[in-house]
Amino acid sequence: MSQETATAEGGFWSDSGKTGIGSWIFSTDHKRIGLMYLYCVLSFFMVGVLLGVLIRLELIAPGPTIVTAQTYNALFTVHGVVMIFLFIIPGIPASFGNLVLPIQLGARDVAFPRVNLFSWWLYVIGAVIVLVSLFTGGGAPDTGWTFYVPFSARTTTNVSLAVFGVFILGFSSILTGINFVTTIHRMRAPGMNWTRIPLFTWSLYATAWVQILATPIIAITLLLVVTERILGLGLFDPSRGGDPIMFQHMFWIYSHPAVYIMILPGMGVISDIIPVFSRKPIFGYKMIAFSSLAIAAAGSAVWGHHMYTSGMSDLGVMVFSFLTFLVAIPSAIKVFNWVSTMYKGSISLEAPMLFALSFILLFSIGGLSGLILGAASTDIHVHDTHFVVGHFHYVMFGGTGFAFFAAAHYWLPKYFGRRYEEKPAIIGWVLMFIGFNVLYFTMQVLGMEGMPRRYYDYLPEFARLNLVATVGSWIMVAGILIVLWNLWRGLLKGEPFTGNPWGGATLEWSIPTPPPTENFEEDPVVTHGPYDFKGAGVP
Amino acid sequence: MTNESAEHILSYGKLVTVWVTLLVLTAATIMVTRVELGVWKVWAALAIASIKSGLVIAFFMHMKYEPRLFRIILFVALFTLAGFIGGTFFDVLYR
Repeated sequence: MSQETATAEGGFWSDSGKTGIGSWIFSTDHKRIGLMYLYCVLSFFMVGVLLGVLIRLELIAPGPTIVTAQTYNALFTVHGVVMIFLFIIPGIPASFGNLVLPIQLGARDVAFPRVNLFSWWLYVIGAVIVLVSLFTGGGAPDTGWTFYVPFSARTTTNVSLAVFGVFILGFSSILTGINFVTTIHRMRAPGMNWTRIPLFTWSLYATAWVQILATPIIAITLLLVVTERILGLGLFDPSRGGDPIMFQHMFWIYSHPAVYIMILPGMGVISDIIPVFSRKPIFGYKMIAFSSLAIAAAGSAVWGHHMYTSGMSDLGVMVFSFLTFLVAIPSAIKVFNWVSTMYKGSISLEAPMLFALSFILLFSIGGLSGLILGAASTDIHVHDTHFVVGHFHYVMFGGTGFAFFAAAHYWLPKYFGRRYEEKPAIIGWVLMFIGFNVLYFTMQVLGMEGMPRRYYDYLPEFARLNLVATVGSWIMVAGILIVLWNLWRGLLKGEPFTGNPWGGATLEWSIPTPPPTENFEEDPVVTHGPYDFKGAGVP
Repeated sequence: MTNESAEHILSYGKLVTVWVTLLVLTAATIMVTRVELGVWKVWAALAIASIKSGLVIAFFMHMKYEPRLFRIILFVALFTLAGFIGGTFFDVLYR
């Protein structure tokens, strides 16, 4: 397929002839929708970062420092809600999934373009409702992002509106999932059989199933909390015969699989980047593809490991602890296959690869600390401590967050037709990596020493490590700002990005840059695998 | 493929039979609550509910006449839901 000279205005940016905001917010082009998601999730990411920095500032020293205890409770709640529901769940699937998935399959768009636009609108409406909830009613929710009853049923803060916003966001997620599953089943180009689907798209397939099957559970659970608050049904309130542990079951039946909604697309990004920057076909393609499905399936059966200290039955604790260890198998399959792909490869350490490599290390640290939490006997000692917070950020930010930035450096130049500068990208990455570990590894040590999570104040012996963690947050944020500034400046004003400079063999690298509105001038016929560089004619 | 299923129209007799069966099962659900069955009461209620939803899905939603892929996809969803409900029983029944 022909390679055209890139211009910032070329391809889908201008070939439809439509301009103005209407050409974006009413567009059914998957690339425009993907970019709109990207702008939204990045905006919310920065809000979440700001809230996180404020949390760390409050904890820089014992006792009150910059906010009151009530404000602190709202800070960590809103940080969690924004980061989980507005950034990390839609982060990779909705933005990069929309940008890349149809092209990787050889399709002109997703199966249901209008539903795709509708799901973006639902995301925006849900986000607005969540934001409105912060400043209306009884003020920002103070329950933690988990909305645990009975506190969430009793607090006077604006929990009802916030959970209703999350309810709407859930529908956005379900519709995206349905769209992706249907697209993958029905819209593949001739020759794109199941073993030629790029691993990023495979990961989105597994993710989409979790979105479809698990999200309705959180939707109904959150509605039940609203009815509990408004009608006083007594579903979860033990003083009225309810069962608060049942809320935890229902919440985690979604929210643990949701962790895989967050991490699986990140793993897909890494699976696409590692072979390209190692100049080697992926090692164990089928195992990586099926391990995504295995993670989705096994990950849906382990929600109880969040509840070991909740008062759940001993049998439940043992069963869920055993099942949790099963998830380690497909996760380890991926890590071993990525490392094996790099073995004896011609590794090129450019920005996407650096982010991908740090993903493997940080995700592995997070995964291994997860074993301590998955084993009931050790979890009881560190439950609800900063160890959990550190672990969670290692997998979610060290994993998905770094994968998000890897994807941004890998794919965005393709869509903008311009590229960022390499040196600031690497400086930003170094600062992010150092700051990240200073912040979150310290948190894990603090948790081991017994510092509880979500506490406004702490004992003097935790002061030094809290100071270290807060300094780490400043280093990390400096790195994030450099990375985002470099991306922003480069994609708008940088050097032209033409052809296939990374040397990718997947279909998105075979079409003009930026891609035209309908992606392909003529329907492609796929004759080689996604990592068959020789077959794709890539040097 | 969707056209094939759209063309399949069920007879009124069959629809009424399913409807009456659903009513009978609803009555059975109520009757079960009045019998002292202990923990089996929950299983009985779930079993009846499963049969009822199976009838609705198979006949009213035409799944009996849809292509195999759709039935597999539906089965995956039902299996997952059953897994979610079943998993909570490791706690609820042994607490």
